[in-house]
Amino acid sequence: MPRVVQIALNGRARTDAVADNILLLDYLREIVGLTGTKTGCDGGECGACTVLIDGKPTLSCLTLVSTVGGTHIETVESLGHNGRLSAVQRGFHEKLGSQCGYCTPGFIMASVGLLRSNPNPTDVEILEALGGNICRCTGYVKIIEAVKHAATLNAQGVPP
Amino acid sequence: MNKPVPAHNIGGYVPMIDGPEKVSGRAKYTADILQPGMLAGRIYRSPYSHAEIVNVDVSEALKMPGVKAVVIGTDCDRTFGVLPIARSEHPLARDKVRYRGEPVAAVAAVDDDTAREAIRRIKLTVRELPAYHTAKEALAPDATPLHAKKPGNLERDVLFELGNVTQGFAEADLVREGTYNCAEVCQNQMEMHAAIADYDAMRDRMTVHASTQVPYYVHLMLSQILSMDMSRIRVVKPHVGGGFGCRTETLNVELIAALLARKANGIVRIVTTREETFITHRGRPETDIRLKIGMRKDGLITAVECDCDQRGGAHSGYGVVTILYAGSMLYAIYDLHNVKYLGRRVLTNTPPCGAFRGHGTVDIRFAFESLVDQMARELGLDPFAVRRANLLNAPTFTDNDLMVNSYGLPDCLDWVEKESGWKQRRGRLGNGKGLGMACSHYISGASKPVNWTGEPHATVKIKLDFDGSIVVLSGAADIGQGSTTILAQTVAEVLGLDLSRVRVITGDSEVVPKDNGSYSSRVTFMVGNAALDAARNLKTVLVNAAARKLEARPEDIECLGEVYRAGAQDKGTTFDDVVVEALKDTGTITVTGNYSTIPESHGGKKYRGAAIGGTMGYSYSAQVVEVSVDEETGVVTVDKVWVAHDCGKALNRLTVEGQVQGSVWMGMGQAMSEEAAYHDGLMVTSNMLDYRVPTIQDSPPIEVGIVESNDPHGPFGAKEAGEGSLAAFLPALTNAIADAIGIRFNDLPVTPDRVFEALEKRRRGGTKSGAA
Repeated sequence: MPRVVQIALNGRARTDAVADNILLLDYLREIVGLTGTKTGCDGGECGACTVLIDGKPTLSCLTLVSTVGGTHIETVESLGHNGRLSAVQRGFHEKLGSQCGYCTPGFIMASVGLLRSNPNPTDVEILEALGGNICRCTGYVKIIEAVKHAATLNAQGVPP
Repeated sequence: MNKPVPAHNIGGYVPMIDGPEKVSGRAKYTADILQPGMLAGRIYRSPYSHAEIVNVDVSEALKMPGVKAVVIGTDCDRTFGVLPIARSEHPLARDKVRYRGEPVAAVAAVDDDTAREAIRRIKLTVRELPAYHTAKEALAPDATPLHAKKPGNLERDVLFELGNVTQGFAEADLVREGTYNCAEVCQNQMEMHAAIADYDAMRDRMTVHASTQVPYYVHLMLSQILSMDMSRIRVVKPHVGGGFGCRTETLNVELIAALLARKANGIVRIVTTREETFITHRGRPETDIRLKIGMRKDGLITAVECDCDQRGGAHSGYGVVTILYAGSMLYAIYDLHNVKYLGRRVLTNTPPCGAFRGHGTVDIRFAFESLVDQMARELGLDPFAVRRANLLNAPTFTDNDLMVNSYGLPDCLDWVEKESGWKQRRGRLGNGKGLGMACSHYISGASKPVNWTGEPHATVKIKLDFDGSIVVLSGAADIGQGSTTILAQTVAEVLGLDLSRVRVITGDSEVVPKDNGSYSSRVTFMVGNAALDAARNLKTVLVNAAARKLEARPEDIECLGEVYRAGAQDKGTTFDDVVVEALKDTGTITVTGNYSTIPESHGGKKYRGAAIGGTMGYSYSAQVVEVSVDEETGVVTVDKVWVAHDCGKALNRLTVEGQVQGSVWMGMGQAMSEEAAYHDGLMVTSNMLDYRVPTIQDSPPIEVGIVESNDPHGPFGAKEAGEGSLAAFLPALTNAIADAIGIRFNDLPVTPDRVFEALEKRRRGGTKSGAA
């Protein structure tokens, strides 16, 4: 049964009629066309689909759109300001926290969620915040550097 | 006036030029390319390990509204495979199924739900055959052959003896033998397999977007499978989310998408599930190794005897090459003579294995470096001293005719020994802690391409037009390793221009020159050299134009990137003006650069397949791993890794570090947690929870030392950086565990339950070594 859902997506109000069983991930990618959010597994294993729902990192592959009415959803496409990369985006780009780039949107959104709530995370806090995201390229060393670099840039006034 | 200086682009920390797309979600991967009217493709897979197909009934599927096409084995009688000598695979099984998960039929429908429902309605009737899920079972004398042309289920055996092994062992002071088992492992790259096939019925043309490492192979195999002229096919490689060898071969996914698209007269997208991606993995085969080494008291190795059995899966894939690499790459790292190798690649009723990062070399290196460590301990020698006692005297040719020029292994050893504090810290870390070391190496591209056509090994084109932008055209597939960035840096360096002047277009067969692809770490070396040649050719054109404009001789023209001048007193002319002058002759300028390997690098003929292993330059790696073992739980923690990698010359220190860290970490996954496990032929680890990839919380700091041996043939001296450091992690880990708790593990992965079991056995009074 379709139902009408109202959400704010990357700052824009939307009203969509969606089937009860549509995942937020498939809604974003296949219906809205925001393909930055990635499908990396068969459900809840890899973190590639992480988005922010009301600021909280959430797996869009385990979330039904029909349950998120009235929330604000942010995807990787929302980041960056006036044509410039955000602090977390710059961190991942400049420190090579991203190689093939497929897990990157998920890592970035999890990191944005972290830095917004905790602008000066310790190493342990970074590891905990990113513990559900799998990267197969980097060995994570440069991802940790990327998040730290982002925290520094954020402290200098670049939004996460 | 400021003196104009050319921009420098080599040797620094350069972020990838396509990084902004990746961090903003703008990078399009195959599954992201949405098109109106696109159909969803799904594959029906065999639930049987080994069976004769009696009937594939698709009538119920065809009756469903919304189903646009169904294809089965009878729709295509052609075979595919990466090696011209071993093309045994049909995109959809005919006559027989040979593993659980082998594609049997496929559906294209208006949406994914309909396609999935149609798949559920397909009925497969079979006559089951005995199935063999291990190499040993498949080799049994009475086993039913998987393939009629391969009696005994032996895909390929390799036997060579170079030197005199009997005499070599007689000269040894210590001879030891070990058996080793390495579990099958999967690439498990983050992007699941995807293909979009678009058939233009009016013109009889096929366009395929695919997540591939080698668009050229996809092109060849599409032509073969569709019986279509190659000129009617276009292959596009969008951004690719990793490969690690899995996508070197053309996979059944892209071929099935094309068969569906042609039958449906439309556009078909197949995106496999993670489970299907695991089944379509082409990973590293389960390997059983028996290794015997003879060593003198001073550490010199006098003889090596090695048997290696690989459980290859149901089709050859790359198998023949994998079993050859395992033997040939015993060489080219140490100065070995008197080596005997018997390799057997076995056909089994499991998904086909293929080329996985470090292709063919990893499990053998694990065994070799483990046994050497064990023998060093027994002889009271330092493991570093044993490696140093066996170094090559480069430049040289090995006994199996491999050409070794640059050889940075001695410097790698020095770096990790010093940085890890090996001499001061080893044996003094306290209970349950230990240090281990090991070495490894890898090729910078196979000197002879798989499809030998007589063309140069690599070709790059550069286009320069009225707008002054340098457009590099290359078929080299960037799969995340950063090859596009390396090509841009190379061209910008030669022309002395800022990197921002250069754009790189890759991966569309309609536009770019053919490339042999991204595998066996060939791109930096082969395509890099072709890019270097192209950039030099363009520079010649520009210098000649500047000479005309400045009324000087070409040999007097100095290229300073944005300025060309005739001598230091000349204020010169700008790059833009030189471009205008150059275009007067010819209009749009296109230059070509080529690279061909030298015959000396092509390996030898001393045994059948001896060319495998031949390359223009080997990378070298040494590693020290520090571990803590919790003797109560068996949990092993890697506290730190020091790795030194000889990449000839680091064209980009950032991406070299990233590649080396990624290799080491992938070796850690294989060593500690990853295993493709089967129950009755069904892969039971086909998700990322059961196939245990290390998380960020499991992963150690990895300190990278870059060693630059400046290869005489490499572009700016460069060799490979993306594979050679993987293998050394495995033995460095088990050597560290042996150092920590006195128990040596010969079977991988070293999971906590294995460690716990070995510790329990010892507590109950079992043996100390050879625990596994």
